[in-house]
Amino acid sequence: MRQEPKTVSGSSRGLRATQGAVLDVENLYLYFGATTGVVRAVDRVSFKLNHGRSLAIVGESGCGKTSLARAILRLLPRNVDTYKGRVLVDGNDVMKFSEERFRREVRWVKISMVTQAAMNSLNPVLKVGYQVAEPLLLDHRVGKGDAMERAREVFQTVGIPEAFLQRYAFELSGGMRQRAIIAMALVANPLIVILDEPTSALDTLTQANIMNALKKIKKDLRLTYIFITHDIATSSELADEVICMYAGQLVEHSKAERFYREPLHPYARMLMASVPTLRLDKKPEFISGQPPSLINPPQGCRFAERCPRRFERCQEEPPLFTHGDGLVKCWLYERD
Amino acid sequence: MSEIENMQDNVLLSIKDLRTWFELKRWGFLHAGSVRAVDGVSFDVKVGQAVTIVGESGSGKTTLLRTILGLARPTAGEITFNGRRIEGQKAHDLAWVRSQVGFVQQDPYGALAPFMNAGTILREPLIINKMGTDEQEHRVREVMDEVRLIPVEDFLSKFPHMLSGGQQQRLVIARAVILRPKLVVADEPVSMLDASVRVEILELMRKIQATHSLSVLYITHDLSSVRYFSERVFVMYAAKMVEKTEVNEVVHNPLHPYTQALLKAIPDPDPENADKFRDVPPGEPPNLINPPTGCHFHPRCTHKIKGLCDVEEPPEFEPSPGHFVECWLYK
Repeated sequence: MRQEPKTVSGSSRGLRATQGAVLDVENLYLYFGATTGVVRAVDRVSFKLNHGRSLAIVGESGCGKTSLARAILRLLPRNVDTYKGRVLVDGNDVMKFSEERFRREVRWVKISMVTQAAMNSLNPVLKVGYQVAEPLLLDHRVGKGDAMERAREVFQTVGIPEAFLQRYAFELSGGMRQRAIIAMALVANPLIVILDEPTSALDTLTQANIMNALKKIKKDLRLTYIFITHDIATSSELADEVICMYAGQLVEHSKAERFYREPLHPYARMLMASVPTLRLDKKPEFISGQPPSLINPPQGCRFAERCPRRFERCQEEPPLFTHGDGLVKCWLYERD
Repeated sequence: MSEIENMQDNVLLSIKDLRTWFELKRWGFLHAGSVRAVDGVSFDVKVGQAVTIVGESGSGKTTLLRTILGLARPTAGEITFNGRRIEGQKAHDLAWVRSQVGFVQQDPYGALAPFMNAGTILREPLIINKMGTDEQEHRVREVMDEVRLIPVEDFLSKFPHMLSGGQQQRLVIARAVILRPKLVVADEPVSMLDASVRVEILELMRKIQATHSLSVLYITHDLSSVRYFSERVFVMYAAKMVEKTEVNEVVHNPLHPYTQALLKAIPDPDPENADKFRDVPPGEPPNLINPPTGCHFHPRCTHKIKGLCDVEEPPEFEPSPGHFVECWLYK
């Protein structure tokens, strides 16, 4: 399924828009081998994401958010111990694809990613415009002229003046570099863009400007975002639904309206209560203790040790219960 | 006109018209220019007061802090600590100041020597200040108990990599307060920590501050996290201190257009955010080698007065008592 130059442009999006789940992750595992044991970074995570929705993945550092994104995009380090599960992108089980086929048909073509602090990893000796067009040129999917034309198009989409195509990374401010990285993720016209902490290295005002740009892009292109962040307040800027992760597991998957107002899982509740707010006169509270080691996680619920609402049942691992339109991994919701 | 007039009531640290410029590389004898990192900043910190300096990266807040700590030389201005002038002194003459000022770094892991265990790290400042061995032991235990690194016995022999981020930051705080300083300077003390731990660390600092009537100077870019842990807020933009006021005033009644923009840019968790665009000024902070004439914010300001804001630098106005702002709108 080679991409023709013409279908690369943004206007053809309507043709590729599919109904239903654009991404369906089922029982995904990603374990790393370390000297001290096996680190269960992503431990049986399942979720579905419909076309045009944006999903925020929140959780504290080390909870497996970035590993989950990397597992979906198959960007794995060398010390992988276990990597299994089903990942359906647009209906195709991409886990069955060979590495070469995955690279040609999925990575960047269907799912692209803005990695953490990527703005500092632009090549200093190549012009920014060329770097943005590079994903199209690499597989000779597109000729050079068309690729540069497409780069010009995405520069416009993300709000960088066209003249910057000819500039080098050092000539761009932090905000502009981040926009260039986002342009790079959009250049092959993917269905899904994974944003891993896209604004955490930026200043408050620049961050707000980038979030505005991302919102506009989402509206114009009907993109599906997966937005990974530890900053809950910022996550609410983009989220239609939220996944909360704790110690490698998905503990809650809810609609944004529920998650930011009244989350289900006790951990999610305490996490929300720990977020300092500017406008509400509510003093933030902290969660005492620490997340468990991912090498030897506890048998039952992984949050039980720190949970104020634990009971005997919590010694067993809870399944995902459905509660209203949300999913929650907690025995408190067993009845529903 | 300025806070300097309140000298009589317990001012611990007083900064007056401080300028720290870094000279660019000279071309022969030609002076190429300077980066004006801090340009005419004045403020006071009272005994037992917690003060926050808010600003974006590049606004000069870290340079200001380094100048106060004697790690950068001021170009002009006065720094008075505990009644004595300390600016531009040699390291040897600053020893007494350094025993009075604790420093909490941003990245706790980077601030702790990886080859020293917690006990050694905490003993180091005591050895430098020539404290007896018995007293050292006593003080180390006391301070570890205070920052809740308990049971103390377990933590004494631990190396930094064996501690969680929150515990590392507690150790850094313990080291900062072990000499019982009068002032603690904290450079983004919680920005490297997770949300659930942040509040715990800030509460700990608040408690230590209250117990020892310590003055604390926080530097941060995230106003919402320190809002409950300090009394006064100073806002910096492009090397200038544009607004100085109480915490609640800055949240509910910001005066400077930059402060207003900053507050608009900070989101609170709310599902409705996803449907709204934030009304923030475009552009970037100015280059500090050639800052704009007049007010440094005027190129991005929506309220600018032509012929005034772009020509003349605004002095400090005091529209309401204790609320200072460098903006011509409040003339």
